[in-house]
Amino acid sequence: MLKRRLIPKLQLTRAAGGDVYQLVTTIDFGLRIKIGDPVSQAKIYQAQNADELIFLDIDSQGVNEAMVELLKKTTENIFMPITVGGGVRSVNDFQNLLSNGADKVAVNTAVYRTPSLVTEASRVFGVQCVVVAIDFKRSSSGKCEVWVEGGRTSTGRFLKDYAREVEQLGAGELLITSIDRDGSKSGLDIEAITEVSESVGIPVIAGGGCGVAKHFVEGFQAGADAVTAGTFFCHQDQSPMQCRAHIKNAGFPIRMHI
Amino acid sequence: MIGVIDCGISNIGSVLNAIEHLGGDVNRVVHPDEVFACKKLVLPGVGSFADAMKKLEETGFSLALQKAVVSDRVPILGICLGMQLMASEGKEGGETLGLGWFPGAVKRLIPSDHGERVPHVGWNQIRILLSHPLLDGIPKEADFYFVHSYTLKAKDSAVVVATCDYCDGVTAVAAKDNIFATQFHPEKSQDHGLKILENFLDWKV
Repeated sequence: MLKRRLIPKLQLTRAAGGDVYQLVTTIDFGLRIKIGDPVSQAKIYQAQNADELIFLDIDSQGVNEAMVELLKKTTENIFMPITVGGGVRSVNDFQNLLSNGADKVAVNTAVYRTPSLVTEASRVFGVQCVVVAIDFKRSSSGKCEVWVEGGRTSTGRFLKDYAREVEQLGAGELLITSIDRDGSKSGLDIEAITEVSESVGIPVIAGGGCGVAKHFVEGFQAGADAVTAGTFFCHQDQSPMQCRAHIKNAGFPIRMHI
Repeated sequence: MIGVIDCGISNIGSVLNAIEHLGGDVNRVVHPDEVFACKKLVLPGVGSFADAMKKLEETGFSLALQKAVVSDRVPILGICLGMQLMASEGKEGGETLGLGWFPGAVKRLIPSDHGERVPHVGWNQIRILLSHPLLDGIPKEADFYFVHSYTLKAKDSAVVVATCDYCDGVTAVAAKDNIFATQFHPEKSQDHGLKILENFLDWKV
């Protein structure tokens, strides 16, 4: 049976021109809380048997040497799947990340600006490594709208339609994040997850808002294949291992005896 | 020395790191001539069948691999697309001839009535059908990390060492003589994956 996945998300920031990434968590895609060294944190997640990791450069500075170095250093000792995103703009960026340790590449704003990038990347590297990241906010009327550029620019597009469209373009997986819930610990946007997972045939990773183990269970009940969290795994005294028992007890297949 | 074939079709860094971590003497092989200096070979791969096969042929790796693996019987480990390329033919990106070591075609997964998602992404249990030295120490129903949309439909069931129940069925491990291949990623499958790589290092054909 295919297991549901728990995916710690490492949000990364770097001083302009600096060569070292810092791990942070965010609230509403705004306020940043410093955590520390991403490689050490990734090692902790490996020891806790997280199912995958997501690395996101939240400044979207583009694929650069510092990211490549971070990836190389991480994958020296970490033998689990890693998705990398933040500022990916071209097929070359895909190539650069995939050849330096990334297993999957997440694209966000570039998909909105240049939809053909998804088609091209999935043709060259296979759909399985093309993750389209979609950030959304609820409008005053309650509709989920897609925002790009780190949550700063509205696209006026609706989440469900956009999700279907990027699937058609060749996305292999979706990473949907609620901007409103980011860092809130108030729970995932369940309706949005249901809406998207019922509309597409590719796996859906949901994130934004996990504060207690129950929130992960709710995400899986809504149809998510994987749930990702930054704040939860960094700040809570709960590890992916403890979380698994709750998920298992709720009747979802999850890795337990590793 | 173990040579990991690098013709630009895969993330080979993780494979190199994992083998090094296990104490193996491993190198990136970028030229087909170097294939013949290797005691063992690894063929990893991501991407589409047609593009990857074209690269193998253009670079001359295809011919070198045929000689090393078929004539000289050098042990080889295929991973993910690397496994698929060992089939007679692939259907991804147009019908394309493969290396031809496993009779059969590589076809897209077809969801069952359960409506499974494709690609098949995540940790899934394998079902071991035949014993093999590379699976020594692997518990029954161990989980491995898969990420793919296509699978080998082998014509000869004798090569199917393990399967995985997903969609219309996944060939998780195929093997024949000096050839061993996994659809999942041992280099990404934590302890059980590393165990398979360790077994590969110890493997005497």
